[in-house]
Amino acid sequence: MKNSESPVSIRNLSVAYHRKPVLREIDYDAPEGELIGIIGPNGAGKSTLIKAVLGLLPRASGDVYIYGKSYREQRHLVGYVPQRESVDWDFPTHALDVVLMGRYGKLGWFKRPGAKDREFAMSCLQKVGMEAFAMRQISQLSGGQQQRVFLARALAQDAHIYFMDEPFVGVDAATEKAIIQVLTELKDKGKTVLVVHHDLQTVQEYFDSVLLLNMRLIASGSTKEAFTTENLQKTYGGRLTILPDSQELLLTR
Amino acid sequence: MDLLQTMNQFLDNPNAFWVLAGTTILGLCSGVLGSFAFLRKRGLMGDVLAHAALPGICLAFLLTGSKNPILFLIGATITGLVASLCIQWITKYSRIKEDTALSIVLSVFFGAGIVLLTFIQHSENGNQSGLDKFLFGQSAAMVRDDLLVMGIVATALIVVCTILFKELKLLCFDIAYGKSIGFPMGKIDFMFMFLLVVAVVIGLQAAGVVLMAALLITPAAAARYWTERLDRMVIISAVLGALSGGLGTFISAIGYRLSTGPLIVLSATTFFLISMLFAPKRGLLARWIRRMRTRRQVVEDQWFENIFTLSERTGCNQWTDKELYAQYPALSKQRKLLSRLVKQGYIIMELQANGEYQISLTQTGWNKAYETILYKRMLEVWMMHENEIDGVVQQYANGMNREIPKEVVPQLQSLLKKHNRMPTLPRLGEEVL
Amino acid sequence: MVDFWIILTGALVAGSCGFIGCFLILRRVAMLGDAISHAILPGIVIAFLISGDRGTLPMLIGAIVFGLICTVLIQSLRQTGVQVDAAISVTFTTLFAIGIILVTLFTRQVDLDLDCVLFGEIAYVPWDTITLFGTDLGPKAVWGIGAAFLFCLIMVTLFYKQLKITSFDPAMAAAIGIPVAAIHYLLMGMISVTTVASFESVGAILVVAMLIVPGATAYLLTDRLSVMLGLATLVGVVSSILGYYLAVLLDANIAGCMTIIAGLLFVMAFLFSPKHGILTRKWIQRRVKASLQS
Repeated sequence: MKNSESPVSIRNLSVAYHRKPVLREIDYDAPEGELIGIIGPNGAGKSTLIKAVLGLLPRASGDVYIYGKSYREQRHLVGYVPQRESVDWDFPTHALDVVLMGRYGKLGWFKRPGAKDREFAMSCLQKVGMEAFAMRQISQLSGGQQQRVFLARALAQDAHIYFMDEPFVGVDAATEKAIIQVLTELKDKGKTVLVVHHDLQTVQEYFDSVLLLNMRLIASGSTKEAFTTENLQKTYGGRLTILPDSQELLLTR
Repeated sequence: MDLLQTMNQFLDNPNAFWVLAGTTILGLCSGVLGSFAFLRKRGLMGDVLAHAALPGICLAFLLTGSKNPILFLIGATITGLVASLCIQWITKYSRIKEDTALSIVLSVFFGAGIVLLTFIQHSENGNQSGLDKFLFGQSAAMVRDDLLVMGIVATALIVVCTILFKELKLLCFDIAYGKSIGFPMGKIDFMFMFLLVVAVVIGLQAAGVVLMAALLITPAAAARYWTERLDRMVIISAVLGALSGGLGTFISAIGYRLSTGPLIVLSATTFFLISMLFAPKRGLLARWIRRMRTRRQVVEDQWFENIFTLSERTGCNQWTDKELYAQYPALSKQRKLLSRLVKQGYIIMELQANGEYQISLTQTGWNKAYETILYKRMLEVWMMHENEIDGVVQQYANGMNREIPKEVVPQLQSLLKKHNRMPTLPRLGEEVL
Repeated sequence: MVDFWIILTGALVAGSCGFIGCFLILRRVAMLGDAISHAILPGIVIAFLISGDRGTLPMLIGAIVFGLICTVLIQSLRQTGVQVDAAISVTFTTLFAIGIILVTLFTRQVDLDLDCVLFGEIAYVPWDTITLFGTDLGPKAVWGIGAAFLFCLIMVTLFYKQLKITSFDPAMAAAIGIPVAAIHYLLMGMISVTTVASFESVGAILVVAMLIVPGATAYLLTDRLSVMLGLATLVGVVSSILGYYLAVLLDANIAGCMTIIAGLLFVMAFLFSPKHGILTRKWIQRRVKASLQS
């Protein structure tokens, strides 16, 4: 039943909020060492999927395996980048400190981050081009810079699988490029990266494979095979118009 | 008949009657104002304003030297307004969030009040205002004049709320929209704060600080469970507030020497709990039943869908349970479902010699599967072609409403044919499969 | 000596409240302090009825239990969809009302002065002393609050990392396996302990003031969490010292005066904080404008 080769296998996962099911019977095996886009319209349950995998939301049914074992056992292999708006950026702390939080999972209960951790955190900031801002209060960073700090924190987790929730929302073009570059480097090191994404224009450019989601799994596979007009129409329904005589996709509404 | 007797005794006592009238109208008034405060997410304002009234009362006494309730009212109203302005300033001009601002203002104003109070107590002997009365209220000691003032002010507040209902509704619902159509929302907000302050202040004497905090929010929170409409919510909240006031006073009057304030709070909480559990639609019980029903529905739909697709694919209409589970492992957890389906006459299960069950659909069962799959596929194409078809697909998509309107059915069926999604096996008529 | 004990008591209350209050502010649950300080009343009364005297330990246990009950109730109300302000109000007013009813019902058994619970009488602190083997060890209240202060200090030092990350980003904290709920209840437990250790001498209202006002002042003065914790303690201690002398001057309630000083310090920070003060910001804007024009 479970595929021990796959970094993330999801079996028959359903999530229900108070009133209605949000995700129904998702079955998915993520290919290892790829950049994977989770694509779908608003309210399709993209963030919900990630949160359910990470155990942040109760699952109505189903199981999730990380390299064949439960998430609890494999927690140290997983890095998570929440949506930027989910935290209070007025929190009294600086960028380096936020990145250091990425080390907490490895430190265990009572150990404090040491000089080595600081060095490592600094190198993570360097990777996202933020070393100059290490001591800057986080509310004084721009949206793009905040997102880079979050990315650096995920790098500091030194994980094998990364989950990122809308990392490109509200960031400048330079940051978007920088993020993609870091993600590609991660991929080259054999890490698996799942990204919630909603800009259809860039999907083919960024991702090796996709997962099309609208309450249920519509299609998944390599971008070439699964990112087709027909699948997109199934995913987005009437909200997607396809201009005749061109491959361009337009989102209406 | 004991109760009747006590009732009679209670009503014979003219003072008790006045107190009952007073707390009832107080509950009514705070129920009305509370529903707006609740919707404006200002539920804790009542608590803050009640505490902030103390320095006002003390200042009024210090400056005038008289114990006139109307002067107290004016003093408390002024400090209450200052407190609400302070909260606005703190949140607007610094990075401090609203909850912290509320706490700061509440504790500092109250601290100042205590200082003033002890100052009064130490400088003028024997003229104590009685802090505990301020905190817990002393409705039994209210005289007719106090009640008269309270009744008049409360009635005035209710009248103002009725006149300004539309504006207050805008305030709770959409301030930006209100501004865009030319209402002075800042002024309306300030006026609402003023009304709230007055309501708290008139209640303090009868009910005390903690009770006013409760009376302003609990009936409104309870009323929210019963309705989705603001006008009804205000009325229900007012009724619940009045009932809590009356009930609390009554229990307090018939014995045990319990003070009125806490009893009114507990009555209000009881109404709240009843509403939370048993209100139709929004109550916990109703929600739980609905969730169970949805879950059952989802599982059942899934089963019929799987069976139908299996038949379509294999052309077979009989399986052993083992074969089924091999195809759909998820179904193996649904043993209860099978026995229910047998009972409802949708399937037949026969025990084979080898210990496995032979499962086959009856005619009604087959047609049910057909309906289910057709419904699901129609929804699918509807979502794909949302813009070409009239009607709102979302209200059907969550499975609550299973009636697809007749006028779109032919359109959907032709689309199904176009996409090759029409069920390949037919419905069953009278003839046996 | 009397002055010293009173100021020390106030400073210890302000110190322990100050730094745990910072976490309440950062978690945006400042009003929970007010709620808990009211909600522990029934716990204290029940402990009183069972143990029959004013022993510190039973009251402490009663207070912690009811502090946690209050938090759990608020949490479960929120989970069923009640909005947060309503959940807090309904819970604490109900628990407080139950407490008052218990007091009036058992008024003969319970020698508990409600005025004292809510406003405290810090002026009496020096007279209620502990004697051990004939030596006067100083006021009981100082020992109680000192122990609470030490307890909170140890807890915050041990769990600093966890408290910080669950305050900043609970989702990430949960994802890396930190028990977010347990840390939340630990914090609420600390608040209950501090509240009960302080209320007899300074009253529930000063506890609320000391939980939030110094922390908020510190929040306006610094951008580092560790500095904020230290500053909050400092502001609390300064308010208690100045507050005491103000009270002597006015011949008024000491706890109230400490609150007023804390409030004044907050106003100063609000106006003149080097980074976040509104007057400072205006002044900087004006200077920038002037330098642009010249």
